[in-house]
Amino acid sequence: MPPILEVTNLKTHFNTPEGIVYAVNGISYHLKEGETLAVVGESGCGKSVSMMSILGLIPIPPGKIVSGSAVYWGKDLLHMSEKELGQVRGKEIAMIFQDPMTSLNPVLTVKRQITESLQVHIGMKPNQAADRAVQLLEMVGIPDPKRRLSDYPHQFSGGMRQRVMIAMALACNPSVLIADEPTTALDVTIQAQIIELVIQMRQQLGMAMIWITHDLGVVAGLADRVMVMYAGFIVEKAVVDDLYVDPRHPYTLALLSALPRADRRRDRRLKSIPGAPPNLLAEPKSCPFAPRCEYSFEHCRVENPILNSVVDGHEIACWVDVRTGAAR
Amino acid sequence: MNDRISFSEPLVVVENLVKHFPITQGIILQRVVGQVKAVDGVSFSIMKGDTLGLVGESGCGKTTVGRTLLSLYPLTSGRVTIDNREIHKARGRELLAIRRKAQIIFQDPYASLNPRWTVNSIVSEPLRVHGLRQNARERSQRVVELLELVGLNARHINRFPHEFSGGQRQRIGVARALASEPLFIVCDEPISALDVSIQAQVVNLLEDLQDRLELTYLFIAHDLSMVRHICDRVAVMYLGVIVELADRNDLYENPLHPYTQALLSAVPIPDPQKSRTRQRVILTGDVPSPINPPSGCRFHPRCPIARAHCSELVPEWREITPNHWVACHEV
Repeated sequence: MPPILEVTNLKTHFNTPEGIVYAVNGISYHLKEGETLAVVGESGCGKSVSMMSILGLIPIPPGKIVSGSAVYWGKDLLHMSEKELGQVRGKEIAMIFQDPMTSLNPVLTVKRQITESLQVHIGMKPNQAADRAVQLLEMVGIPDPKRRLSDYPHQFSGGMRQRVMIAMALACNPSVLIADEPTTALDVTIQAQIIELVIQMRQQLGMAMIWITHDLGVVAGLADRVMVMYAGFIVEKAVVDDLYVDPRHPYTLALLSALPRADRRRDRRLKSIPGAPPNLLAEPKSCPFAPRCEYSFEHCRVENPILNSVVDGHEIACWVDVRTGAAR
Repeated sequence: MNDRISFSEPLVVVENLVKHFPITQGIILQRVVGQVKAVDGVSFSIMKGDTLGLVGESGCGKTTVGRTLLSLYPLTSGRVTIDNREIHKARGRELLAIRRKAQIIFQDPYASLNPRWTVNSIVSEPLRVHGLRQNARERSQRVVELLELVGLNARHINRFPHEFSGGQRQRIGVARALASEPLFIVCDEPISALDVSIQAQVVNLLEDLQDRLELTYLFIAHDLSMVRHICDRVAVMYLGVIVELADRNDLYENPLHPYTQALLSAVPIPDPQKSRTRQRVILTGDVPSPINPPSGCRFHPRCPIARAHCSELVPEWREITPNHWVACHEV
């Protein structure tokens, strides 16, 4: 199956008074039809910026897409006019965000916010759009959807607001849904509800999904493939089972050993990663993880490894083979 | 790590703690029109050198328990004794003496440090308040010791909070809590604002300090995986009450209360195989309002096994197996 989205060598920088922030430093990946790709990383690793870049949601300036292409069904999103991009964004590629309170407009009713994209993108008449909105709210499990339609965002609880966001995103039957930490602000039982809903919607609508998160636990039961980001680079890319069973990048390995487990008895102290993520104000010339990496050797501080394949479908950007500790 | 010495004597005893916040209406003539029943009768004790975990979802009252038991909020009713002294009856010097022994680490390392103060002023404030060092030079010496204890160093002493990362700020918060040589520390979600790789650093630090200084912790958190890792015993709160309390492995391997079961089955597990096959109890609906909590068992509107009497009778707090307490009619 050909990929529906192919991103190549994407670089996004920000010009700030302190200097250039190297947020995304040449990442390449693809998304296949109906597949769920997870992007995992800590704050500031560039996971959100890389997704917002392809949808033209980065404010320019201070942001700047330095290079790259993002080909969606044969068209490059990065070189489209604002008008063309507007046809894709919200219609074919939809997005849901972390905090449903700040991403919904507090002074407009839910009805107005859901029907907007139906009217703009599909050209529905207001009544038609309102009927469809009721359907959508019902689909995402909001009780009494007809009445709730004229409510404002503050009248919904956190979990219900996230459902409204999902309803909005699904309004035009997108073929790609980008979810940016949609459950991070929610409690675990509500998180479980939302994940269950998303899995159900994915099956029902057959859309592909990119799920951005910092939580390796959430992704395990949800994704087909995972890519791990660090300091604006993709450091590991693998099929979900391979990543958890056989992680090959020292950072992924360290992240997994820093995670306590609710399903196991405690058998050791947590392994912490010393230091902190690098300052993105310096142009990365060597491996960005080297200063915190227990496997690093001289070469790691000289040359930045590029992402390449270790086995079929499993790529890492590292000079070291973590199984032996020797250079690859 | 599991061979931590447990002293058999309780350091903190909480009996039937109740904390209601009044809801008022009117601007000049304020009248009370209702109560937010944030904590509605909570009892537990913490043994010397132990860590008790207090878990639950947002709004269940876990932070209010932590703050009320340190007398940061006045209590509505109940009794809290820390090191055999009743904190809510103490005034003046006596209260100060108890506070010296009972400290808190806050959730948000960005909001809990005064941005205009240097690390030196922040960490030495408890030394000044409790008169633990004679002069500024001695206080600074002690601050350096404390910074080294938490993995920072003398270089950091004259810097301001904004010059530090989240993890380092949390270390400053820990140093401040340790300054008065406490016996007991309430850790109120100390790691939930931090990234995974930094969380492990702070958790390991808290464990090392506990071993070295024989500290007792109340660890308030919503991350159930971390709670299993760090706590000896765990209490689960729902809407202002504790529904289950047990030793960690007992609670995680044999949860008895339907809410605990649902909560544990919702915890994400970083194992694809297990995540796909595990049985989940997905609760419907949201947590009801603590202003007007449900009658009988507070969990009954969302409970998958509720029966008629659950909405009428408040379930008794019972010890089902040794040290495993639960409040449910159906267990």
